[in-house]
Amino acid sequence: MALEIIESCVNCWACVPLCPNKAIYEAAPHFLVDRDKCTECVGDFAVAQCVAICPIEGAILDELGVEMNPPGSLTGIPPERWAEAQAEIAAR
Amino acid sequence: MTAFETPKASGCSAGSCGAPSSQADGMSDALRARVQDHPCYSEDAHHYFARMHVAVAPACNIQCHYCNRKYDCANESRPGVVSELLTPDQAVKKTLAVAAAIPQMTVLGIAGPGDPLANPARTFDTFRQLAAKAPDIKLCLSTNGLMLPGHIDELAKHNIDHVTITINCVDADVGALIYPWIFWQNRRIHGREAAAILIGQQQKGLEMLVARGILVKVNSVLIPGVNDEHLKAVSKIVKAKGAFLHNVMPLIAEAEHGTFYGVMGQRSPSPAELKTLQDACEGDMNMMRHCRQCRADAVGMLGEDRGDEFTMDKIEAMDIDYEAAMAVRAELRAKLTAELAAKRAGIHDAPAPQVIRFTPRIEPQKPVGRPVLMAVAAKNGVVGVHFGHAREFLVYEASAGGARLVGHRRADAYCSGDDSCGEGEPVLERTLRALAGCEAVLCSRIGIEPWGRLEAAGIQPNGEHAMEPVEEAVMAVWNEMLAGGKLDAGPLAAKCA
Repeated sequence: MALEIIESCVNCWACVPLCPNKAIYEAAPHFLVDRDKCTECVGDFAVAQCVAICPIEGAILDELGVEMNPPGSLTGIPPERWAEAQAEIAAR
Repeated sequence: MTAFETPKASGCSAGSCGAPSSQADGMSDALRARVQDHPCYSEDAHHYFARMHVAVAPACNIQCHYCNRKYDCANESRPGVVSELLTPDQAVKKTLAVAAAIPQMTVLGIAGPGDPLANPARTFDTFRQLAAKAPDIKLCLSTNGLMLPGHIDELAKHNIDHVTITINCVDADVGALIYPWIFWQNRRIHGREAAAILIGQQQKGLEMLVARGILVKVNSVLIPGVNDEHLKAVSKIVKAKGAFLHNVMPLIAEAEHGTFYGVMGQRSPSPAELKTLQDACEGDMNMMRHCRQCRADAVGMLGEDRGDEFTMDKIEAMDIDYEAAMAVRAELRAKLTAELAAKRAGIHDAPAPQVIRFTPRIEPQKPVGRPVLMAVAAKNGVVGVHFGHAREFLVYEASAGGARLVGHRRADAYCSGDDSCGEGEPVLERTLRALAGCEAVLCSRIGIEPWGRLEAAGIQPNGEHAMEPVEEAVMAVWNEMLAGGKLDAGPLAAKCA
């Protein structure tokens, strides 16, 4: 049982000091989770701490590849509106 | 601190932080002495002294709807954006290098790109080292306030004299429209509950800082339709609690920034809306009018960014004599402080402008000039920039009471975000729109084409006051307009009064 940080991570460091297992480490091009150390905070906290502070939707996945903070859950921007806005910008 | 005769308390006008001449600026002599060389806290100091931000604080503990946490961008100039994240050791090295190269630098701030107090180890390590290695540089920080109450002792210990708190609301219902979530006690908290906690922490932090004698500036982002009217109440409350300066800044929101407000089409306020709100709050406290909303890694005078000259690889190659640099700073600072003191004394001792004052009950027939907005291409306190080279214009309101800074307009960085603001729009066109509402523009020189375009737009170009002090030049132009009969009271006067 371990979480995974993927390429949309912006390397903001917010998660690093919160991890009770010191499982998150600095790496290029983005931070990574040591699978052997991560417990998803079970036994320490009600919610995984990196998931609770990460500002980037979709940057942390669970073992099944499910986004822990899905699109729209943190910014409040509906995914359809996000797609529309990107299309408008591209059309300029 | 260098010897400096503080200005008299009464009658401070054009030199104060935008306070109208009709009222004292509310600052005591002691307070004015504390901020006299801080470019962000003292309006006239920003023509003389420089500041820098070091980007050591990447993490944040809240989300604001005007912020996008993908902060790494070289081309944007707005808060929360940086090019290069620094370790505390790198930040110290960079600060010492900049302070050697730009001896006017008096202030080092930590403002992000996240929140300094969400990165306490990195922030306080930087402050601790700098307090030892460059004791002449003032340290300050800018925070969202969530973790402020728990860090007051540490701030006081590091001799941090100035703190800015961003307070956009004092009502959790308003806050729920601005902050989607906060991270608090190991949980992510959403909505109104999050806003209530944040507001409580901000207010408590403000009270604790004031009780410790630390100067507090409050920043607020003006978001039309969300907190615009509410900011009047915010201004009253933060003043009552002892904040010494309120800085209302316009929302920056464009779809390409990827922020909630940008993507959802929330509009930014117009310069006129910003000024109206600042004027409405001004009866209650000092309003800051010269904020440039800098990046979290800005370097140099306000309104300029020399960050590119001080990337870490360039700094590593520099050979710096730190002792000599500190001596140069002390000498230059004494000279600039004396110049500024002389200028301030001049303002206080000068006779009233040579115009007839408006005293309707006694002399109702006397003509009086209406207030006029003028844009100035300024550098170091003088009309020193060619129109075509100006990246920003300071906007002054000239009236019988004198010239006062009421804002600034960017010439090339921002557009208003509407459909007419595409990439194909010529720079001159955008500049003309940025200057809307101004009746004159003062610059050191100007080309024939922009001269004609400005005139056609009802803005009188003026290159006759090159290198003159800004406020004197503005009043000279206003007095010419008055003498020329262009400022007779009329419908416009009622609108501007």
